[in-house]
Amino acid sequence: MLKIEAILQPSKLDAVKDALLEAGIEGMTILEARGHGRQKGHTEFYRGREYTVDLLPKVKIELVVIDDLKEKAVQAIIGAARTGRIGDGKIFVSRIDEAIRIRNDERGETAL
Amino acid sequence: MPSRRFHLFLLPVCLGSPAFALAQAVPASSPQAPVTQAQIAALQQAVQNAQSAGDNAWMLVSAALVLLMTGPGLALFYGGLVRRKNILGTMMQSFAMMGMVTILWAIAGYSLAFGHGNSFVGGFEHLFLRGVGLAPNPDYAPTIPEQTYMIYQLMFAIITPALITGAFAERMKFSAMAVFLSLWSLLVYSPMAHMVWGVGGLLNSTGGRIPSFDFAGGTVVHVTSGVSALVTCIYLGKRLGYPKVPMPPHSMVLSFIGACLLWVGWFGFNAGSALSAGTLATSAFVNTHFAAAAAAFGWTIAEWIHNGKPTALGAISGAVAGLVAITPASGFVQPLSALVIGLIAGAVCSFMVFEVKSRLGYDDSLDAFGVHGAGGTLGALLTGIFATGAINAAYGRDAAGKTIPTGVVDGHWGQLLNQTAGAAIAWGLSIVGTLALLFLVDKVMGLRVSAEDEAAGLDLSQHGEEGYDLNS
Repeated sequence: MLKIEAILQPSKLDAVKDALLEAGIEGMTILEARGHGRQKGHTEFYRGREYTVDLLPKVKIELVVIDDLKEKAVQAIIGAARTGRIGDGKIFVSRIDEAIRIRNDERGETAL
Repeated sequence: MPSRRFHLFLLPVCLGSPAFALAQAVPASSPQAPVTQAQIAALQQAVQNAQSAGDNAWMLVSAALVLLMTGPGLALFYGGLVRRKNILGTMMQSFAMMGMVTILWAIAGYSLAFGHGNSFVGGFEHLFLRGVGLAPNPDYAPTIPEQTYMIYQLMFAIITPALITGAFAERMKFSAMAVFLSLWSLLVYSPMAHMVWGVGGLLNSTGGRIPSFDFAGGTVVHVTSGVSALVTCIYLGKRLGYPKVPMPPHSMVLSFIGACLLWVGWFGFNAGSALSAGTLATSAFVNTHFAAAAAAFGWTIAEWIHNGKPTALGAISGAVAGLVAITPASGFVQPLSALVIGLIAGAVCSFMVFEVKSRLGYDDSLDAFGVHGAGGTLGALLTGIFATGAINAAYGRDAAGKTIPTGVVDGHWGQLLNQTAGAAIAWGLSIVGTLALLFLVDKVMGLRVSAEDEAAGLDLSQHGEEGYDLNS
């Protein structure tokens, strides 16, 4: 089982969600985040003085999928989120030790 | 014949009944009899009552408008400009004034401001509002109950210390603030109000030794609060992290709403200072609005040139600066003069805030000095220039019936000197009075919150509350 974490531009959230649903992936967790990679922030004015805001709003999607679905999920995300410009985001994949369904104690891949 | 006699009988009845009807309406004799002294007196009384009704209605509305300027106008304006962790603390400072100053005003504040005393302060004849009833006080406002006058002036007394809170935002203890500003209201505000508006006041435009024009409180409210703000923010020191850490407003939305409430409320502040619902109130109303608009425009253009973008904060600050500057002038100048005053105020106050503040390095957090202190001083001087007898024959008329020149545009250059004197006295009283009180309260209870409390925010540290609980 693999965990896929994708940090995206907030404006791309809907497109990515739809693409994942189309790829057959239904479960996901969405978090609001702030951050930046190489993308510079923007400047704002307060009382005539400029200052830089470099913690930018981002959206983070987390999904846990069976190994075979990993590439499909990643391609769905990339396809929906890519614009070609700095700030598109990143995807991280890590291994998950255990998955449990709270309702009925199912374990392993059937819990996903 | 019987019908003809019947007609003859009907004739006086038909002619007489309208006369009878009229006699019911006019409480006296029929239209043919001469008018009596009693009738004239009754008519005069009726006219007076109508005048008083109109004046009192406007004055009560004005008093409500001025209170609206403090709560929620100023509370929102200042509240939106501070960081989120300080929103309640900031609003509470304005609200505390609504409570504390009211109580003190009723006990002694009104008496010290408007009682008969000497040139500098009123006396104690109206302690606990003794003698302040529903009959007019001819010294101040002959057509409205004195209690209306008292409550109207109270709203000014409330907002003045509330304005000072902008300078020491985010770092003063609630307890110390309440004590400091309560004392300030009695020892700085009331004497200043007395000097400018009180009977026998040094700066009173009628009969004062240095007659100065302050229609609605340019020196009494804005110079005193603005200069006191400057003194306080220097005494207290800068906020932790200022100026390196950016501290932008947490909600320009709230500030925007507050500023608009201030603009509308200011009609009560200025036009209500006519103390009647007549043409002077109209002049003040028009001037107020024109100055606000022109100043918003002026500040916005200045900022657009300076920064490349017009900000919402700049626009609303500009409007407030214009309102401040027109406050002393509102009942003395022509409408086009009001536009000019507004434009100048927008430009000058924006310069104060953009350049002077950052160069000199003081942390006047919400620009109480930059807008109110500077704007009020500027307004006081411009009043001396633009005041004209055509709008307000403040010095009366000469034997030929011509109005005596009031301001420089009328040819009276001396007025500018008087205005300068008035502003200087306000500066002096504010500096001395505020320093003394700050020193005293600091020694007794400490003014500034601890570093941990400042970092946690006033809402939590002073009030045990959170302004926003977005999770509940």
